Amino acid sequence: MGALVFLVAAALTPALPAWIVSLAIVALANALVVLGLIILWRAGLVPFGQALFYAIGAYAVALIARYTGLRDVLLLLTAAAILSGLAAFLTGFLLARYREIFFAMLSLAMSMILYGVLVKTETLGSTDGFHVAPPTYFGYAPQGGMRLLLMFWLVLGCCAVAAVLVSFYLRSVAGALAVPVRDSEIRLEFLGVSVNGLIHLNLVIAGTLAGIGGALAAFAIEHVDPSMAYWTTSGGFVFVTILSGAGFVAAAFVGSLLFELLRSIAYDVLPGAWQIFLGSALLLIILFLPEGVGSLFQRVRRPPSHSRS
Amino acid sequence: MLTDGLVYAAYLYVVAVGLTLIFGVMRILNVTHGSFYAFGAYGAASAVGAYFERGLPAAGGFLLMVVVTMAIGLVLGLILERGLLRRIYGKDEVVVVLVTYAAFLILEDIIQLIWGTNSYALYEPLAVAGSLRVGKLVLSGYDVGLVAFAVLLACAVSFVLHHTRWGRLLTVVIFDREVAAAFGINVSLVYTVTFVIGAVLGALGGAVMAPKISVTLGIGVEVIVLAFAVVAIGGMGSVAGAFLGALIVGEVRSASVHFVPQLELFVISVVMAVVLMFRPQGLFTRVQPRKI
Repeated sequence: MGALVFLVAAALTPALPAWIVSLAIVALANALVVLGLIILWRAGLVPFGQALFYAIGAYAVALIARYTGLRDVLLLLTAAAILSGLAAFLTGFLLARYREIFFAMLSLAMSMILYGVLVKTETLGSTDGFHVAPPTYFGYAPQGGMRLLLMFWLVLGCCAVAAVLVSFYLRSVAGALAVPVRDSEIRLEFLGVSVNGLIHLNLVIAGTLAGIGGALAAFAIEHVDPSMAYWTTSGGFVFVTILSGAGFVAAAFVGSLLFELLRSIAYDVLPGAWQIFLGSALLLIILFLPEGVGSLFQRVRRPPSHSRS
Repeated sequence: MLTDGLVYAAYLYVVAVGLTLIFGVMRILNVTHGSFYAFGAYGAASAVGAYFERGLPAAGGFLLMVVVTMAIGLVLGLILERGLLRRIYGKDEVVVVLVTYAAFLILEDIIQLIWGTNSYALYEPLAVAGSLRVGKLVLSGYDVGLVAFAVLLACAVSFVLHHTRWGRLLTVVIFDREVAAAFGINVSLVYTVTFVIGAVLGALGGAVMAPKISVTLGIGVEVIVLAFAVVAIGGMGSVAGAFLGALIVGEVRSASVHFVPQLELFVISVVMAVVLMFRPQGLFTRVQPRKI
């Protein structure tokens, strides 16, 4: 069913107005990051520093394009994935040992370290960041409306692949073990499972996803700047994760699209008060829909059992 | 350079001690603290600025600073605690942090709605306090006052925590909430009072810093990272830790500003990461045994 949705979306795109497509591109790129966060949240961990990998992915494509002239999209995306995955692997040695608040704070500290470095590096444009040239697709450099369309299909394709892979992962043993990690680590360790190793694996997956998301976002916005590593960016991702809920892979995409839509509406309708709007939305969701938008799907699909007996 | 670090540490302490108290008692990492700071700064800028414009005696101006922040802290703290936090106490730690983050977002915009996007400068207290000569250094009177104030505050907090009945009740609640409740301590009242005190201290941090910085949008966002670093280094929930943490962060920042200005934020984050690596509970807290 998910595949159908993706195909329909891909087919419909040429008919949609450009602003919706642009919005969707950014939303879907961010949804990749959220996918990673969902994986981690199922294990009971909420990193407040995913922006680290997001920024690594974004800056990787930007720097490679700038200094080597390579612009092919597949090459750049692979590079971004490898680099952010590597970063996640290395930082994971440290991060996997912590839980809850300490995990969140250490993750935050690391992302702020990158931010500090980026902001102070003059060659990278300090707080202004710098422009990213649009990518080429196997040598073809699209112009105008075609550029947007190809970008969208690219992002859609990446999301589809990621969705499938993550679904497989979550149904695998490693993925299924995430929930017991949240509930009772000690029992899991007595069963012989290395909890730290599991968390490390999840961190690498989440980090790679975030890196790809960052790279795609860099292509879409055609700009990178240090704020991509700032804690408020991480906060935004966590916001969307809460909005989506941890139950479904599809929820990440729906949640991310919803968030971008909400944010755009907020900018438009309440330019001076968009943060009030978002903050209130977050509060309402936490208070009334703590399982996120995904849980609504659940309620629609399976009607409450008491109606049968 | 050392004195710069001390001044920086002083205001960091005022802000951080509130944050660490709130965490220690309520186990809430209060992102909204940044908003208290910002409100305090803006409030002080407006109120004290208006006060000095009327040419009233200087000493009253400083008093007004404290009064304004207490009012702000009281109002904001009460509204937040009673209206919002009450409803989510049982929930997961991280969800609570997100709630405070949401409140922070809302308050940031409210600040913008009230005070607009201009920046404010509050220079009168600095001018009034003049300057002192200590050996070869010329120190701003205000800075010296700030350090003295922070030290006084530290002593006062320490005294209250260890030698008054109320302080000891607070310490018990920090140690173990359930046992405290079992002994008949009104934990929810303690929560409310702690949060309000924390809010007042956060606002106070903003108010005392207002004359030294340009009060504009975004100061709340920036201070959060620093305050978190101080609290993480010193130990979350430890007041002595907040003092030491503030000193460390203050001096480290001052050193980096003097020697390698590019690395300021980087250095602080590195220190925070290093401390978290080797002593994740901070320098002063006891390691909590894992509860099965």
